Amino acid sequence: MSALAIQDLSVELDHVPVLHAVSCAVSSGGWLALIGPNGAGKTTLLRAVAGLVPHRGTIHINQKDLGALRGRARARLIAYVPQIPVLPPDMTVQDYVLLGRTPYLGYLGAPSRLDRAQAADACDRLDMARFAGRRLGSLSGGERQRAVLARALAQSPEVLLLDEPTSLLDIGHQQQVLELVDDLRRGRGVTVVATLHDLTQASQYAGNLVLLMDGKVEAAGDPATVLTEELIARVYAARVTVGTDPGGHPVVTPVREPPPAPCA
Amino acid sequence: MIRARGRRLPAARAYGVAAAFLVAATLVSALVGAADLNPAATIAALLDKIPFVHLPSSLDQLDRAVLFQIRLPRIVLGALVGGLLAVAGAGYQGVFRNPLVDSGMLGASAGAGLGATLAIVYLSQLGPAAVPVAAFAGSLAGVAIAYLSGAVGGSGTATLLLAGVAVGLFLTAVQTYIMQRSAQDLQQIYSWLLGSLSGATWQQAAEILPYAAVSVAIVLLHGRHLDVLSVGDEEARALGVHPRRVRLIVVAACALAAASAVAVSGLIGFVGIVVPHVVRRLAGPSYRLVLPLSLLVGAGFLVLADALARTVVSPAELPIGVVTALVGSPVFVWILRSTSAVRT
Repeated sequence: MSALAIQDLSVELDHVPVLHAVSCAVSSGGWLALIGPNGAGKTTLLRAVAGLVPHRGTIHINQKDLGALRGRARARLIAYVPQIPVLPPDMTVQDYVLLGRTPYLGYLGAPSRLDRAQAADACDRLDMARFAGRRLGSLSGGERQRAVLARALAQSPEVLLLDEPTSLLDIGHQQQVLELVDDLRRGRGVTVVATLHDLTQASQYAGNLVLLMDGKVEAAGDPATVLTEELIARVYAARVTVGTDPGGHPVVTPVREPPPAPCA
Repeated sequence: MIRARGRRLPAARAYGVAAAFLVAATLVSALVGAADLNPAATIAALLDKIPFVHLPSSLDQLDRAVLFQIRLPRIVLGALVGGLLAVAGAGYQGVFRNPLVDSGMLGASAGAGLGATLAIVYLSQLGPAAVPVAAFAGSLAGVAIAYLSGAVGGSGTATLLLAGVAVGLFLTAVQTYIMQRSAQDLQQIYSWLLGSLSGATWQQAAEILPYAAVSVAIVLLHGRHLDVLSVGDEEARALGVHPRRVRLIVVAACALAAASAVAVSGLIGFVGIVVPHVVRRLAGPSYRLVLPLSLLVGAGFLVLADALARTVVSPAELPIGVVTALVGSPVFVWILRSTSAVRT
């Protein structure tokens, strides 16, 4: 059964078509990676699912039509983590994570003990409990990303949308964050949709890839189907070889052509 | 920065400090002035007014009149005005995510100034009662014009702020032109523009109380929403909040608060921008604390400033807007330097 089903999604931004009839789906508890060159429409697709840009076409989450849901109801199903989240520097980690409970509060309501417990639990899961009283401005890059994930988790979403979750991190922290997301996916059954630039990471963590190009789905399927040398050469205009890592995942390696031989 | 974190007070302590400051400011202001009131007797007379408290006081008839008909209405009005300006400033800072915004934003001060000037120059036959009404209406009209022009230009907060600046400059230009043409009213216009509580009466306090209560209640109820807005419109929407709706409601309430204050006091700068920053140093950035604490600290600050305004060059009075800026600026700079960099 599909947790997230996108059908014929089209988006125009400032009257320029950005997505053309995109359809894709991911099963409950799955991980879908959106890949493609810059400007292919990956972020726009995530924002459309999050309800942040007007769109045509339908989006269903567990059979619920998102078009029929209001902001708060939608926010209980979907947590969205932008590529560069806004972190108010003087806010404490604890208060920030508690913002994740917003969709569950009435207009004039205040966070209940249960909401605070959920937020504390989300902090625990991401190993942020010891940072609860720290200011966001005092966190390192990896800690910031974990704080943002904790806020998304406090939202208790069915679908987690991540826009380039690793783009500002070193390779160790990239792996750490992706492992944390994968733990949440397996532990909580959260469905993950992430845009990723690193194709090898996409193949190692996501069961499904959707390759976007110029706002259209160019290829979709498991990593071995999508990550081929010819397709990457055509879509990215990049020279790569595709090998296999010890776990059987395709590994994409950039290749540099030898420089022209000096004139004798 | 580490010091700033170390100084952040728990909520209950912060409320205690703010309330103690307001009480102390009230007592100081009740005790200083031209008439020499006996401190113990004055405090006893004040406490006697609290329900179920009965204290004999040795104040004579004249001293009682000074305390209850001159000083106390002025203290209450000052506290109202200070609290309103500070809450409006804090609310605007939250709505616009901008630390430099204050209660006179969005054409509020300029509209009030134009309204008051029009009333002084053209409606003098109606007497002084027309000025506060005109200032109140002008302030609200200024914000409404700025909001409508800004909302047409786009949904961003920067557009709204710039529209406010443009509307403010336009209204001020009209006001300057009218002032130029009516030199005989300049003195009265300037003294209104600089702000004063010298004509304070119980009636004035009673007149603005309903507007104050409604506007403050609405702003305070939106503290949590302003905290959500601090992560930006996009993420706030992803959390199920409607940033534009929250902005409209809070801006309207802040405009009402500032207009009520301006109507009875003229233009008093500085309170709306400084008090919320001082409060943040004390209690952190959450608007659920910043808003109510700004109400208390702003009230105390203006009561103290007014006490200075009427005693420093006694028997004459300084305009209170001059006092808030003269005393407040150095204190503010000192507070900024002794904690950390400016943040919202």
